[in-house]
Amino acid sequence: MNVAELQRKLTAAARQQTPDDRVPYAFEKRIMAHLAERAAVSGRVLWARGLWRAAVSCVALAIVCGAVSFFTPVAKDNPKDLSQDFENTLLASVDQADTAP
Amino acid sequence: MERSEAELIAAVLKGDRASFEPLVVKYSPRVFATARRYARRESEIEDIVQEVWLKAFDKLASFRGEAPFEHWLMRMAVRTCYDFLRGHQRNRESSFSEISEPEEDWLDRFVADPGSAPEDADAAKLLVNRVLEKLSPEARLVIQLLEIEDRSVKEIAGLMGWSVPLVKVRAFRARAEMRKILARMTKDKYL
Repeated sequence: MNVAELQRKLTAAARQQTPDDRVPYAFEKRIMAHLAERAAVSGRVLWARGLWRAAVSCVALAIVCGAVSFFTPVAKDNPKDLSQDFENTLLASVDQADTAP
Repeated sequence: MERSEAELIAAVLKGDRASFEPLVVKYSPRVFATARRYARRESEIEDIVQEVWLKAFDKLASFRGEAPFEHWLMRMAVRTCYDFLRGHQRNRESSFSEISEPEEDWLDRFVADPGSAPEDADAAKLLVNRVLEKLSPEARLVIQLLEIEDRSVKEIAGLMGWSVPLVKVRAFRARAEMRKILARMTKDKYL
């Protein structure tokens, strides 16, 4: 069998095939819907990513603050803890109003 | 008034997604014709074309306008088809036992007298599609572009981002691979 001739014939047969260029109905609408969907998803992903980053930063900050307050030695002459200081500062204006004549 | 291609592309790049639709309408027939050369099932063809358009949208900023948009798009289409071939190699190892009766008749005619087997017969077209499916992705792409679509080596190199010597080497190997498949097919049938 002449394989080279068979190859030539089959290649010639392939050349004669005109590819079908039919487009399914409303195919462009499908593409545009995909693009719109992806844009919506990417917007949500962007927000979610931002919120996760913010959450991680907040947790890290809380851990650092906790560690600082835990490891900071309390002075013996000042036995008041951080919460008392915080309360005093917060209620300073109320205390001033109470003591005012 | 109908907007030009450059205007449509500029509008898409500025964020007007709707301006992409006329481009999809205009060039989808060509992209479908290209995809149908490499895939047979309609669902696969639609997936390929969809991927081409989504890629085109994502990479539109890289289109510099030096060559026509159609050339840029077709390069993307051929590369996507090549990726598809690389991902779908399951049919390559099957035997030729499933050849249909008209294909067998055509082969018998060729064996009896090569001149009597017409090239334009449907059976020959079916047979060549079967043979092309058995080629490796590189070989199939090169045979398709070089032998069937009659493109030049330089053109293929530009289309695929390969060097000219690489295309020549792949073309040599692709022809040899095709001959090997044909030899196996005829051996299966006649020996």
